Amino acid sequence: MPDQLSLSPRQRDDLRTIAAMIVPASDEYKVPGADDPAIQADILATLGRDTRLVTAALDHLARLAGGPLAELDATKRDAVAQEFRKQGGAAAATLVRVVLQCYYRDDRVLRSLGLELRAPFPKGYVLPDGDWSLLDPVKARSGTLRRAP
Amino acid sequence: MVESPGKRRGREEEVLTKDPVDVLIIGAGASGAAVAWSLAETKMHILCLEQGGWMNPAEYPSTGRDWEAKFYGEWSSSPNIRGRPEDYPINDDSSPIKVVNYNAVGGSTVMYTAHWPRLHPSDFKVKTLDGVADDWPIDYDALTPFFEENDRIMGTSGLSGDPLSPLTHPPMPQQPMGLSGAILGKAMNKLGWHWWPSDTTVATTDYEGRARCINLGHCTPACAQGAKSSTDITYWPQAVRAGVELRTHCRVREITTDESGMATGVVYYDKDGVEQFQPAHVVIIACNGVGTPRLLLNSKSDRFPDGLANSSGLVGKNLMFHPYAQIYGYVKEPTDSNRAPPTCLWSKEWYDTDLSRGFVRGYGVQFVRGAGPVFEAVVSEQKGILPWGADHHRVFRKLNGHRLGFSAICEDLPEEHNQVTLDPVLKDSHGIPAPKINYTISENSQKMMDHALARGREILETADATDICVNSPIPWGGWHLLGTARMGTDPKRSVVNEWGRTHDVKNLFIVDGSIFVTSGGVNPTSTIQALALYIADQMKQRLANLFD
Repeated sequence: MPDQLSLSPRQRDDLRTIAAMIVPASDEYKVPGADDPAIQADILATLGRDTRLVTAALDHLARLAGGPLAELDATKRDAVAQEFRKQGGAAAATLVRVVLQCYYRDDRVLRSLGLELRAPFPKGYVLPDGDWSLLDPVKARSGTLRRAP
Repeated sequence: MVESPGKRRGREEEVLTKDPVDVLIIGAGASGAAVAWSLAETKMHILCLEQGGWMNPAEYPSTGRDWEAKFYGEWSSSPNIRGRPEDYPINDDSSPIKVVNYNAVGGSTVMYTAHWPRLHPSDFKVKTLDGVADDWPIDYDALTPFFEENDRIMGTSGLSGDPLSPLTHPPMPQQPMGLSGAILGKAMNKLGWHWWPSDTTVATTDYEGRARCINLGHCTPACAQGAKSSTDITYWPQAVRAGVELRTHCRVREITTDESGMATGVVYYDKDGVEQFQPAHVVIIACNGVGTPRLLLNSKSDRFPDGLANSSGLVGKNLMFHPYAQIYGYVKEPTDSNRAPPTCLWSKEWYDTDLSRGFVRGYGVQFVRGAGPVFEAVVSEQKGILPWGADHHRVFRKLNGHRLGFSAICEDLPEEHNQVTLDPVLKDSHGIPAPKINYTISENSQKMMDHALARGREILETADATDICVNSPIPWGGWHLLGTARMGTDPKRSVVNEWGRTHDVKNLFIVDGSIFVTSGGVNPTSTIQALALYIADQMKQRLANLFD
């Protein structure tokens, strides 16, 4: 069932700002930040059952910032973010999780990590069988099962 | 629930007018499936009522790119988080360990790690050997043929010959060691400690219509390949072909009794939410260590004012969870990450009592291969080892795909204050009172967990792991729901007898984990199913005088 709650424009702005603070863009790793429009669109489109807690987290963030987060200077913004993470409880944890779960399924991010852009099924993965001679010392050691009377 | 005379009269009329079934099984999970399959050969009319439905593997998480995100919502292991109509809520606020389960045809075998150790022979004689808890009224040897039969039907993989485990004969070879297994095996060899490839119910070859494992990754929340055994794809197809009737989306509210104290059937809500009565000659409960006491307590009446089959006062008491002590860290080499079934090796090094450790009994260990990227990011951020900001990317690349884990399954001893009762307020979607859990970790279990964490740390450090983190207990780790309708020969100290029949109601049986006397230090599903097959066998042998 779709969640009827949705984020206000102000909440969307704050979400974008805090997302960039969690995961900023990186030229070194050639990845976007979590404020990237496609990632933000994914977050908003899939909030679903998390909407209530994310909204609560953004309300908390707004109270801490006293205004739009993006308009604070860097020092104040960092202080607000730290306080938010420290005191935000389940709501803040949910917001962070929602950001990360959408970030780490973005094609550009997965490509940068060397991961394939696909669902696990139906191709699966190959696992090396390994060297079972590693088990020889265990077999060689004496050991017995505790017997019951 | 005390009935009005009018309602009771109506039900008695239904008993007369509706055809009773010979055997009514409540719950289509691990034990319900096994008992249904075994009894099917009697050609009796067997009906199973299941509150969930049939699963559709095309909808399993691993079929989508968002597979990890689903674990936080509709595929959470917690019924309270999932909140599907098939789930019932559980008040576990008064427990550091939260109940996890799954409600569907297949029950929690749809959502489990497929780790497949058995109880050891010594686990059945805890009082005799260690002077604590109680001995079981049966021994390991009584279950041996049923362990073997169950392994064949569930389809196990493993390596026979583990010197510290009961002898098993898995029909399929063990899972690959993989990258993670090799690192862990080397570390264990350096320390001189026991390890062995785990028996699992993951098919490593094509087996009885199931395709072999192709390493879809975190198969705990169901296997789209069908390689992981669950009873919806093993026992149930065979049982249904043999004539067992399985009615889904039917939630049982209570078991009814007559003036002679025999069970007469059940009241349930059908798929449309309409109250129905189904008469039966024999009722078998297979609802797990939380669902079973909930049902018995909800079945109280004038004749059974403290709940059905509860003359001992022990229904719901002695809940055992297996507190999990988990420790994990990160190595420089790549690990299997999410590209394999989650467990691969076990250790029984600390399984048996050694009082020099400061506690009685012991724990089994299951090693964990790794985690997927979303899980890694979310958990590491919560643990404070994955920073926000510019350094996030460097640190994430150090962590992701490099995790190794150690989980100790600590033997919980039975304590009456660890209990399932009925919540006075919380109800499920049909208005049936929900279970409430009161549970504390004992001093003995805590010492065991601390010991396990210290050993886990040694192993990880031997493997040169860093950034070591601990979850003790794993909060959402209440998979194993045991002991709340215990087995025994003394009706004052147990709920069912040595072959699963309740002491108080002679045509009422229990076959799930609630009848465990002690918990051992291993995942219990193999033993639960062996017990269910054993009880079914006992019933078949006694059909002529089952109620004597």
